[in-house]
Amino acid sequence: MIRSVIASLLLAAAAPLTAQTIAITGGTVALGDGSEPIPGGTVVIRNGRIAAAGVNVAIPQGAEMIDARGKWVTPGIVAGFSRLGLSEVDLSGGLTDDKAESGPFGAAIDVAPGINPSDSTIAVNRSDGVTRAIVAPNTARSIFGGQGAVIDLGADMEPITRARVFQFVELGEAGGNTAGGSRPSAYIQFRNALREARELGRYSGPISSSARRAEEPLDRPIVRNPNESRLYGPGAERSEDVLLTRFDAAALVPVLQGRQALLVHVERARDILNVIGLKRDYPSLKIVLVGATEGWLVADRIAASRVPVIASAVNDLPANFEQIAATQSNVGRMRDAGVHVAIGMIDDNDTRYLFNERQYAGNLVALADVPGASGVRWGEALAMITSRPAEVLGMGREIGSLVSGRRADVVIWSGDPLQVSSNAEAVFIDGVQQPMDTRQTKLRERYKDLNRDVLPQAYKR
Amino acid sequence: MVALALGACAATPPPKKAAPVPINLDPYPSTYHRYPGAVTAIRGATVFDGEGGRIENGTVVLADGVIQAIGGPDIPVPEGAYQVDGTGKFVTPGIIDVHSHLGDYPSPGVPALSDGNEATSPVRPEVWAEHSVWPQDPGFSRALMNGGVTALQILPGSANLFGGRSVTLKNVPARTVQGMKFPGAPYGLKMACGENPKRVYGSKSQMPQTRMGNIAVDRATWIKAQAYKRKWDKYNKNGGDMPERDLAMDTLMGVLNGQILVHNHCYRADEMAIMIDMSKEFGYKITAFHHAVEAYKIADLLAENGICAAMWADWWGFKMEAYDGIKENIPLVDHAGACAIVHSDDPNGIQRLNQEAAKALADGRRMGFNISDEHAWTWLSFNPAKALGIAEKTGSLKQGKMADVVLWNANPFSTYARPERVWIDGALMYFSGNPRLRPVSDFELGQPGEGDVK
Repeated sequence: MIRSVIASLLLAAAAPLTAQTIAITGGTVALGDGSEPIPGGTVVIRNGRIAAAGVNVAIPQGAEMIDARGKWVTPGIVAGFSRLGLSEVDLSGGLTDDKAESGPFGAAIDVAPGINPSDSTIAVNRSDGVTRAIVAPNTARSIFGGQGAVIDLGADMEPITRARVFQFVELGEAGGNTAGGSRPSAYIQFRNALREARELGRYSGPISSSARRAEEPLDRPIVRNPNESRLYGPGAERSEDVLLTRFDAAALVPVLQGRQALLVHVERARDILNVIGLKRDYPSLKIVLVGATEGWLVADRIAASRVPVIASAVNDLPANFEQIAATQSNVGRMRDAGVHVAIGMIDDNDTRYLFNERQYAGNLVALADVPGASGVRWGEALAMITSRPAEVLGMGREIGSLVSGRRADVVIWSGDPLQVSSNAEAVFIDGVQQPMDTRQTKLRERYKDLNRDVLPQAYKR
Repeated sequence: MVALALGACAATPPPKKAAPVPINLDPYPSTYHRYPGAVTAIRGATVFDGEGGRIENGTVVLADGVIQAIGGPDIPVPEGAYQVDGTGKFVTPGIIDVHSHLGDYPSPGVPALSDGNEATSPVRPEVWAEHSVWPQDPGFSRALMNGGVTALQILPGSANLFGGRSVTLKNVPARTVQGMKFPGAPYGLKMACGENPKRVYGSKSQMPQTRMGNIAVDRATWIKAQAYKRKWDKYNKNGGDMPERDLAMDTLMGVLNGQILVHNHCYRADEMAIMIDMSKEFGYKITAFHHAVEAYKIADLLAENGICAAMWADWWGFKMEAYDGIKENIPLVDHAGACAIVHSDDPNGIQRLNQEAAKALADGRRMGFNISDEHAWTWLSFNPAKALGIAEKTGSLKQGKMADVVLWNANPFSTYARPERVWIDGALMYFSGNPRLRPVSDFELGQPGEGDVK
């Protein structure tokens, strides 16, 4: 009954509504900040932001009221590591934009122009409560995949929340393969790349810096990408001993300076320590570990390094020799050791099944009841798929929780969102209510009745 | 009549033909024997019997490897039986995965262990998956401990139109694949439609390069199989010189004789309809379509032809032929009265088949179908058992059937549920409360994480 009320209130909209003041009342509210759910809470959305959430919340006059009794209300899911929006069909379906197998560039690649907000993958995940995603490029010819973005899944043509948020590099088995066949080769390529970046950075500061002497008018259109400022102008010379293109070296300058996060994919315990060890030589690197399937073996040292982790949630197979110690308790054990852990979909259907993150989070909660296993509290599990990934990239004050001032990415669920049987009933992104229909729902409606009609199915839509 | 009369009157009788020699149809026989199990009574649990029945406060008695009794709280429990308190917990038949590559694409997934596709010709019915299965694949134990999987079919991959024979296993650790083989289970033949065969061979400029090429090669192969069968039928009836054996044709003859079940990888509705016609053209039966993401478009046709559809809950779009996958596929097939199966095709997915069924169940209910939990469990045990030809022996909790049983610590359609105990043929093969009852494969022995919770 309640669902049908909400349905008539909210779901009828075919196109996104404009942001307005909305009060969602009576639901079980989970803030996504690690706290446990609050029964009978209220969430107020105003001007696309969270105005307030919790109990004893004043409802502004004139707010549109949504009765969420019997429902759960949470921040939208933030897909912690993905290739969402870069591939409509992964295999033999034409061009995908997650990597360039034979392109000349690596670190310089910026995924942003590859994101297609019209991909059905965006709509399907949005209708299942995923509102933002961390999107990383895949590596191809270089150990550096390029620069990733944070996107929103809104039904509009502007998917980029923030471009060039991080650089992505492979330093484990995949990195070794890309680097010509060994991990040591990957490491020396990494060090050489940072050397080239340092050299470039020394020769020419960013356009915005005071060190810059002259500014060519032609530079101005590209000032918004500080990396490219080093490509032109006076003093942009390089030594002859280089392997990287100028674009690639320039892209690594902000990484070297700690102004852009460096996401490093490694799985095995020793690789994790090697990556943490890079901080000795490059103290300003803002390293984030991605994968870390064997993290539990060295959890104390990850915690001591204060390097955050975006981990696969339920990897438990020795899928290769860098994941021999895989266990579903990895996340719980790292968390217990004090590591900042978010959940991502690392090489796990990362272009499309981001909606599984809430299932995985629920599976981590379930481990609490398995003797010898390390589970995660419910509130923390939700945080791992909402605020924690945002915090890893320094965007925790923007997205990922229902805290006052955050972007209003809000989902009303039929029940506990970590239960696979629950579904998203209403989705707001930046306070804008989103359509819930997808190619899939339309196919379902077309074929739910197979009786012969006066016209073929092709006329039914 | 005339010919017979003439023959009888001939002066010199023709030389007497040698009697037909039977071919050994089971040259790699199962050596599986159930492990010892205590007489066990699970009491007070909610029971899904696997055929759509539900018992509250139920009692299930396991003895001598079989379900000795199942019923309510008043069922008599044998004296001295080991009693398990099932209060607040759930008992189901063990999950049966009709589509797995454990052992032939094992962990670790290194080239040396990649044994799932004999991609050297689109027609390879002569290969048998059991000859690739590595019993030390750690994936088997994950499927047992985290998934509650007690039996599974291992299939060759889908690079080929005719991929080879499948094998059905009990999910019990063993030194040899024979030690895992499900006694008496029929063989299956893996066939594949669509993109994979035409991609694999088309890219080598070989036939098939198109879907029409797929079908032409299929039909030409069945024509050969029919001729082969005629030769052998004649020999088996009249004796004489034994025809030359052809391993590939042996498998296809087994299909035409109804001894080997056809498991057909096929995504698209239009292709499934063509495969159904092909089966009629050559006189065989398709037991199940696997990965049938468009089954919902022809659910009526599947029901009419008695063909099961083995499906994922929500996979779609990873390739073009999966583009029209929808989340209601399983409940729509079920609603049409066809046989719906939840399958994995994945060493991770096999650990969460109950959750995949839970998704499909919830999606079905949301579109208004009245599906009970206990009915949905048929997608996980009884229907796959039917598709594997083992439903007389396992797949439901009926008196006298194999005691392949899971005790879940909560409703198994909850994301928070985990297997607490798993029995196979009445032997306790996993108990979450006993670290000694966690199987560790040879591969994992002496490695970091040996014997850990997984």
